[in-house]
Amino acid sequence: MKNTKINELLQKKEEIRLGGGQSAIDKQHSMGKLTARERIDTLLDKGSFFEYDAFMQHDCRDFGMADKTLASDGVIIGTGTINGAPIAIFAQDFTVYGGSLGLNHAKKITKVMDYALSMRIPLIGINDSGGARIQEGVNALAGYGEIFYRNTMASGVIPQISVILGPCAGGAVYSPALTDFVFVVDQISKMFITGPSVIETVLGEKIGAEELGGARVHCEVTGNAHFFAKDENECFDQIRKLIDTIPANNSDGTKHFPVAEPDTAKYDISNIVPQDPTKPYDVKGVIKALVDGSDFVEVMEMFAANIVVGYGRIDGEVVGFIANQPNVMAGVLDCDSSDKASRFIRFCDAFNIPLVTLEDLPGYLPGVDQEHAGVIRHGAKLLYAYSEASVPKLNVILRKAYGGGYIAMSSKHLKSDFVFAWPNAEIAVMGPDGAANIIFAKDIKNAENPEEMRQQKIQEYKDKFANPYVAASRGYVDAVICPDETRAYLKHGLMVAKNKIVDMPKKKHGSIPL
Amino acid sequence: MIEEKKLIDVVLESGTFQTERMVSKYATKGEWKPLNPKHILSFIPGTVLEIKSKVGDSVKAGEVLMIFGAMKMDNTLCSGEDGIIKSINVKVGESVPKGHIMIELI
Repeated sequence: MKNTKINELLQKKEEIRLGGGQSAIDKQHSMGKLTARERIDTLLDKGSFFEYDAFMQHDCRDFGMADKTLASDGVIIGTGTINGAPIAIFAQDFTVYGGSLGLNHAKKITKVMDYALSMRIPLIGINDSGGARIQEGVNALAGYGEIFYRNTMASGVIPQISVILGPCAGGAVYSPALTDFVFVVDQISKMFITGPSVIETVLGEKIGAEELGGARVHCEVTGNAHFFAKDENECFDQIRKLIDTIPANNSDGTKHFPVAEPDTAKYDISNIVPQDPTKPYDVKGVIKALVDGSDFVEVMEMFAANIVVGYGRIDGEVVGFIANQPNVMAGVLDCDSSDKASRFIRFCDAFNIPLVTLEDLPGYLPGVDQEHAGVIRHGAKLLYAYSEASVPKLNVILRKAYGGGYIAMSSKHLKSDFVFAWPNAEIAVMGPDGAANIIFAKDIKNAENPEEMRQQKIQEYKDKFANPYVAASRGYVDAVICPDETRAYLKHGLMVAKNKIVDMPKKKHGSIPL
Repeated sequence: MIEEKKLIDVVLESGTFQTERMVSKYATKGEWKPLNPKHILSFIPGTVLEIKSKVGDSVKAGEVLMIFGAMKMDNTLCSGEDGIIKSINVKVGESVPKGHIMIELI
């Protein structure tokens, strides 16, 4: 039987599916980009997407907008699943008026954000927009503001993921900046507050969009983005993997996975860390030697690579790892690595993900640039984040733990539940060279052969203090363990600390040094 | 194994440590130099709109030396300390890059 109303609906939907029309879709494809609908279909489980507000229209009457129809007002919203887990999603459609954001476009986004928050499911936002729809004036700005407010309210309740798959400039950048994870794709993502043309007009400096705010810049230099992909498909695989890993909200608890043993043939934990504390190695090898299936999801791989953060599972439970990386800048702490680790710790704490720290830290990076960049303030974030975190906190001191860095990296004094140390660990107020130079300054100066005396005193200091046993004798280290016992200690420690309770003083919230 | 790779020395307070690579920001950073109070620099790129003094003038700290157009604003550039103008290295109307020494005092 012919139902004209149904045919009418199907026809309307077909028109909407074409977004800005076939020529705009072809143009999008020619730039190596998928359309908003293709992106949703690729990212979500097949056939799992349900769309809302497809018929939403703008109501701008100025500047010749009255007779313009914009399909779905340039943004697609809905809910769906990723590997069976529910998520809420919006995707800006660049083929419709450049994906520009007007009031009703923003209302659609805030609607799906409200769904995500009230239903306690992760939110994914795909950004591909020329920016504010200028014709709508201050209404467009109002729209952004409503989005930022909801990003903030949802922070720490549901994971929020931003995917930058096109331009994202001016005020628009602040929604991604407020979310937990920003995914970017090489040559496609562009993020900046003021673009190359403004910079050239105002300052006379010539720079291309890629060099100013491309994917690589934000992953490596600014730290605004967390995951780098070479194309959109790789990006979607990364998002699916992350959604699989992290909890859906702050009250669900972590996910349980089948237990798998690490690949100990490939990652031999007893033979990764060189004995000589001045020699580098890849700390990711140690993580992979400890986690189920040697499966480690690294976050912010390219930014401040002197510290490694990411997720792995121990006994089927997700754990957040923070590890100094001796392979990069000797694994020092500096402004960027402190910021990176602090933010990661706070996300884990908000979502009840236990923390495991692997420490091998020679200290802080000296330099005028570091001091003037505020390494005191940035370093303080790390102390704050570790102290504040009330999830199970475990620390394994692999080798060096000197000075202020020792305190900062999940020490017993910041109320870590368990601190373990390998026999090769050196836990001391500073490195043996520096300490000997200060303590024995006179002896060295007055010696017949100062250099010989210096070496002798360094050795003396090393023998006495550069080991885990002084700290262990004070209870600052709970156990000195062999490398191959580490997984067992972590498994047990995480198990017994699972239901730990921390009595926090009553407060509205603290004031982390930002 | 790792000894075969070319390693970089990182000198810290606690000693010298070897590492495989530096992060790009650190690898490209320049050496720090103190600012010379006798140099009046262009703090951002801009245009010289007006020069209020000439070579040989005695100037007091806080005295306006130049009007400098930048960021769509007319900015007044003042002398940081008392002195005599040794040289003026720009002309009215000239576009100046960032960090250029525009006026030198003695």
